[in-house]
Amino acid sequence: MLETEINVGAPAAAWREAAPPEALLQARGLCFEGGGKRLIDGIDIDIRAGRRTIVMGANGTGKSLLLRLLHGLIRPTKGEVLWRGRPLDRRGRHAQAMVFQRPVMLRRSVLANLRFALAVRGFTGSERSVREAEAMERARLEGLATRPARVLSAGEQQRLAVARALACAPRVLFLDEPTASLDPVSTHAVEQLIREAHADGVTIVLATHDAGQARRLGDDLIFMHAGRVAETGCASHVLNTPRSEAARAWLEGRLYLDSSS
Amino acid sequence: MGSFMGSLGEAAGLIMALDADLLEIIGLSLRVTLTAVAAACLIGLPLGAVVGALRFPGRSLAGLVLNALMGLPPVVVGLMVYMMLSATGPLGVLGLLYTPTAMIIAQTILVTPIVAALTRQVVEDLHTDYAEQFASLEVRPFDRVVALLWDARLSLLTVALAGFGRAVAEVGAVIIVGGNINHVTRVMTTTIALETSKGNLEFALALGVVLLVIALVVNGAVMTFRASAARMTYA
Amino acid sequence: MATSRRTAGAVRRLAVLAAAVFGLSAPTVAADEYIVVQSTTSAEHSGLFDAILPAFREQTGIEVRVVAVGTGQAIKNAANGDGDVLLVHDRLAEDKFVADGHGVSRADVMYNDFVVVGPLGDPAGVASMADVLAAFRKIADSGAPFASRGDDSGTHKAELRLWREAGIDAAAASGGWYRETGAGMGSTLNTAIGLGAYVMADRATWVSFGNKRDYRVMVEGDPRLFNQYGIILVNADRHPNVKARLGETFVNWVLSTEGQAAIASYRVDGRQVFFPNATKRP
Repeated sequence: MLETEINVGAPAAAWREAAPPEALLQARGLCFEGGGKRLIDGIDIDIRAGRRTIVMGANGTGKSLLLRLLHGLIRPTKGEVLWRGRPLDRRGRHAQAMVFQRPVMLRRSVLANLRFALAVRGFTGSERSVREAEAMERARLEGLATRPARVLSAGEQQRLAVARALACAPRVLFLDEPTASLDPVSTHAVEQLIREAHADGVTIVLATHDAGQARRLGDDLIFMHAGRVAETGCASHVLNTPRSEAARAWLEGRLYLDSSS
Repeated sequence: MGSFMGSLGEAAGLIMALDADLLEIIGLSLRVTLTAVAAACLIGLPLGAVVGALRFPGRSLAGLVLNALMGLPPVVVGLMVYMMLSATGPLGVLGLLYTPTAMIIAQTILVTPIVAALTRQVVEDLHTDYAEQFASLEVRPFDRVVALLWDARLSLLTVALAGFGRAVAEVGAVIIVGGNINHVTRVMTTTIALETSKGNLEFALALGVVLLVIALVVNGAVMTFRASAARMTYA
Repeated sequence: MATSRRTAGAVRRLAVLAAAVFGLSAPTVAADEYIVVQSTTSAEHSGLFDAILPAFREQTGIEVRVVAVGTGQAIKNAANGDGDVLLVHDRLAEDKFVADGHGVSRADVMYNDFVVVGPLGDPAGVASMADVLAAFRKIADSGAPFASRGDDSGTHKAELRLWREAGIDAAAASGGWYRETGAGMGSTLNTAIGLGAYVMADRATWVSFGNKRDYRVMVEGDPRLFNQYGIILVNADRHPNVKARLGETFVNWVLSTEGQAAIASYRVDGRQVFFPNATKRP
């Protein structure tokens, strides 16, 4: 019951005030194998409600895979994902949304892209209209409603993708390197959207390899190396005084090849 | 070469004159083919989209079968439909043999695999693009199919045109089930076959040029529509 | 004035086209009263039906829909009940059709004759021969190509009988000088002309054929080249969908003095190509 209330957009203050923040999502002994290789190798982490968790690490360390496992897009080979203490199910997945590095725009107008997502999530009638208008405003795409989404600039597309994800009132928003291919101005706009969402109480899980972005947006930080968690902690702490060799090497711009096996 | 140029001249003459008999034949050709393509799209688009977008046991076999059926020889389809509609066949009581309806049925069977197989390819490609977003939104299978068909609609127009091309050009199926009866089931291709066997080669070729012009007009109309629709909705 | 007349013509043409596309035109909604006649390409392609059927329709109101295929195919279609009347030219097959109970009875309608045609150069030297068997032997001996229908049609069966009587095993030469096209008379003529091959055709198709090039009639007049057409009403007891009454009306008309006269008066390039010889009078 509580979850339903929160889902329809009640101020998130309700759970932000609850201290200490509960673990909304947990990975327990999470493994994923692909092509005969163990790509995610025994990950145990907690994602705390109302926090902004940064997933960092070099290319190919399994950041995207971890996000997809937590979001339920792929099934773990071993281990499990818990949503509020219970195995992640359809109900839990409905409280999540994800934005991809390359925004997936339907071959439709900007507005129709929003409408599709809302319709799929069961929003109808006047409520859907209200949410559409909110999202258009949030993404600062007013006036482009009837424009084909795929002719928007990369920055506009990513703003639309974030607004579309948020329109469905998720409790958790996963973002997989959302600004990796954007210019600084567009990056700033997307980061602003993420801050606003967080201010509205949405839990953020953001994969990035941009240390600056991690500093700007991160509360908690998970540093990954070779499919494992190298280090976790408060974002500023990890970024300023990394304890693991992997994180230190990365932050100093050195290539770290230790297989850590 | 002389007779080829003669045919072109004769074709121009035919198009200028457009006598009632020729118009009737052109009209029936278009009616049979367009109806068959519409029916084939009604069946083939959802079928192709389901095979292209959804995961189910036997999916790759279904794709393989659709692709193989694209190669169905028109004569074989004609024979199958003839045996079904013949007075001694299971559907003989309908009395459809040697009617335009029989021709529509045969061409629908001929075109549906083409529409379905090409739709499968188009939808599968688009689905590759959409799959993660769909999974993230938990779009139900039915909604996926509808969304993919809608978003691929302009590519699917080309698919329908491919079906039209196959149907309007085939003679093997319609001549068997239609019987090429003058003023009843005589269409462009059966007329061309008839005139060829009468040895009126120039006239037959002229009719072929007329058929080509019709196909050009239909394709041109659809592509023009597609281009303007693309500017409106697509990138 | 001229412009407006042309516009009116264009409008009328568009109307006809639209009517045909949307199935509104008279032919497709057609009179309820029609019959299907399974017949041969030789009778249809020569234009005979187009010439004689309007008079029949005017008199009786019955539309005749002709399906023109080879005799073998026509007989098979009719044996499936897909036709009300059969008008073909293969006496043995016709008698068997009636004996098997598919047809009510058979009657002679008309005849013409077969001719052997070949290129002007006449590689086998059979021009103007009156003995078709001798001509066939000469063709076989010379190894000059000969195109056969090979489609189980009336003409094909007549041709096979002649090879047999000439004592030549044509089937053994198939692929060599003996080429089986497996196609209708017109297609086979086109192929033969392309190959420079001799070919046997019924005179009606030959006379009305439009792609003769340098081909001439080489052999004609042998009584063995006689080509008799028969007409059969398909048996409604066997095939209940057969329109026996309408079919019988058509058969009777074809065999009547009037129908026979219509056949006799049909001309291709000023020449009579079918000779009525009905003996059964209704």
